[in-house]
Amino acid sequence: MDSQEFDVRNGQSWEWSAVPVLGEDSFRQKILEECSQWASPAGGGASPAGGGARLVNLFAQLEDSGSIRIFVMLGRDQEGKLPVFSMRISQDQASFQSLTPELPQAHMFEREMAEQFAITSIGHPWLKPVRYHQNYRNVPDLWAGIPSRPIPGAYPFYRVGGEEAHEVAVGPVHAGIIEPGHFRFQCHGEEILNLEIQLGYQHRGIEKMMEDVSAERAVLLAESIAGDTVIGHAMAYCNAIESLSDCEISPRAEAIRAIALELERLSNHVGDLGALSTDIGFLPPAAYFGRLRGEFLNLLMELSGNRYGRSLCRPGGVLFDLDQPMIENFRKRLLIARKDLKEISDLFFTKSSVLSRLEGTGIVSTKIAQELGLVGPAARACGCGLDVRTDYAFGMYRFHHIPISTVLSGDVYARSLIRWLESQRSIEFLLDLLTQIPEGDLQIKGSGLKPNHMALAMIEGWRGEIVHVAMTDSNSRIARYKIKDPSFNNWMGLSMAVRGAQISDFPVCNKSFNLSYAGHDL
Amino acid sequence: MWGVIVNRFKQGFRTLSYPKEVPVFPKRFRGRLMISAAETQCSIDKTKDPLGAVVPGKKPAVDLGKCLFNEEFKAVCPEGLTYSQDHRLAVSKREDLIIRDNEVKLAAALNEKTRRIFGRSLKLREVCAGSCNGCDAEIQAMGNVVFDLSRFGIQFVASPRHADGLMITGPVTKNMELALKKTYEAVPSPKIVIAVGACAISGGPFAGGKEVHNGVDGLIPVDLYIPGCPPHPLTILDGLLRILDKLEKER
Ligand code: SF4
Repeated sequence: MDSQEFDVRNGQSWEWSAVPVLGEDSFRQKILEECSQWASPAGGGASPAGGGARLVNLFAQLEDSGSIRIFVMLGRDQEGKLPVFSMRISQDQASFQSLTPELPQAHMFEREMAEQFAITSIGHPWLKPVRYHQNYRNVPDLWAGIPSRPIPGAYPFYRVGGEEAHEVAVGPVHAGIIEPGHFRFQCHGEEILNLEIQLGYQHRGIEKMMEDVSAERAVLLAESIAGDTVIGHAMAYCNAIESLSDCEISPRAEAIRAIALELERLSNHVGDLGALSTDIGFLPPAAYFGRLRGEFLNLLMELSGNRYGRSLCRPGGVLFDLDQPMIENFRKRLLIARKDLKEISDLFFTKSSVLSRLEGTGIVSTKIAQELGLVGPAARACGCGLDVRTDYAFGMYRFHHIPISTVLSGDVYARSLIRWLESQRSIEFLLDLLTQIPEGDLQIKGSGLKPNHMALAMIEGWRGEIVHVAMTDSNSRIARYKIKDPSFNNWMGLSMAVRGAQISDFPVCNKSFNLSYAGHDL
Repeated sequence: MWGVIVNRFKQGFRTLSYPKEVPVFPKRFRGRLMISAAETQCSIDKTKDPLGAVVPGKKPAVDLGKCLFNEEFKAVCPEGLTYSQDHRLAVSKREDLIIRDNEVKLAAALNEKTRRIFGRSLKLREVCAGSCNGCDAEIQAMGNVVFDLSRFGIQFVASPRHADGLMITGPVTKNMELALKKTYEAVPSPKIVIAVGACAISGGPFAGGKEVHNGVDGLIPVDLYIPGCPPHPLTILDGLLRILDKLEKER
């Protein structure tokens, strides 16, 4: 009875009544079974992309009938398909058996559901708030006695006992120009035994706002989920809306979006290399990488009028074209950037003092990366070959392939190197695409949103897999908007990277991940 | 070592000669909004203004503190609104952000006493209070070799106790309110507060949201408003140099 299969693809939309509803036990069994191959240390091993599925999304939604529906989306990376299924639980008994003990990837998703809908996942090892807000069901929050705000610094953090253990608390306001978050280190001398990261300070309530605001405002919100990933999130939003309104945008618009997405990747990857150079005190490349980052931002500004690409992507296409003189100008500037990048990277990656600082620092093993469900460059630096651009190819990437890079060592060095490798590939991709931008209208008008549908849009942003799911009600209004920034998967990776390391290794480890607080907190 | 030196020559000198010369912004850059002559009949398209940046009245006025400088905003009043290339936007008073024609009352210098204290060395502490990180990225960019903030004697410091003022981004989320106020209290007086970006000025795209305030105003006093989403690094720098009276007198 529970054997119905319902697979979707990236960019698809479907009636949400079509999603199979499983009993609680079979729901759980099916997830664990599909993911066992992916997560199991024996099965995964050295071939991380060797079949199986991983958890792409797990979220709840209230149904008109009054029950809570929990949806799961699993990613079969090899097939480019995502099985989608669901289960129902009642509002009075909002609980289910936690998946986390068997499937650690589920831990943040379950905490998120606990916070958003006051659903208890029984047996979750660390069920505490993610972002500190009241739940959406207007029932008492699960954490009785803990005021929901301000974020209580006194909330019990995971503690290590013993006479020589000590605690270091950092944040929410940090020393640099960065976003707020709280880091609690449990240490023995200089050694970090555990790092717990408590975020939520940046919580602006975007998912909820998406249900209430006009379409004109929603796209502006999507561009403001994470200011360094404007294109990534705006594209995901547009793809979801276009899918819900049966709008197929022109190849030209797809090409321009892809160009912007790669420029965004380049600016951030190069900026990160600069930040890493700063943190290890090697200042010449820090200055050069920082300047080079600006060159990519300036190209985005040339294209869209804004250094981060705001106003470029709109449902139905793009607002700006690239004419022939611009294309030539872009190519010329990219060729110079390619040369600069090579020279600066050579300077950085060949210095033995740089290598000795980066190599072997903050290692995340392939196994841990799989278990935690890391995505993006952070996962590829641990040898996991996953990338939405190839696994669930969207837009231009269906026609122009971009080879994925992986590095095996999982350390800060690997996370630095992967940025250089990916930057090179992005520049090649751009140089190639710029010579053959297809024709087409910039904007294509779609119809209204289809009622009672849900759409899935995945984008490989520079940090990794961005997932947006939009659901409409019977009046074609947005009833639920689920956003997953890659940072949501990856913060735990940082905690694991510094386990056993020295406190002084934290800054480079942190920079090597460079995760988004805003994207996580929404 | 040779590599470092050779590279140094190849990279050359990259710092802008700003403020002596202002670089040319690309054609599509969206600087200060211009409102055309009074007679223009505007068919105000409200759907294009979801944040309510157009102030109703006989003649359209625009609140630059609410405007996200997005392309389609022009369509609110297609005959009357255009973006100029002018990057200068910073003002001292909130109401100066509401523009009715092509004039804008840009920020004035701090009073002489404060300027005497901060004029040669201004240390700021940045607080991100729910921003998307876009504004913060531009603040950070001011420190790179192109803009080279420190040549003006302005630096960002690690502790509010070492700072002369705060530079704040984001709408101020409920979850950051306490931390922001505590940070403000930790800054010794006299101190200045700079709100950067639409979010910090009015809540920006998040205005009216349940989880946020509508910017810094009302929580702590603001001395300088720098609108934009995000403002260009030169827009922020222009504001800083204005309050320190370090710009050549304009005609
Ligand atoms: S003003 Fe714009 S760029 Fe700045 S924090 Fe707000 S949304 Fe981000």
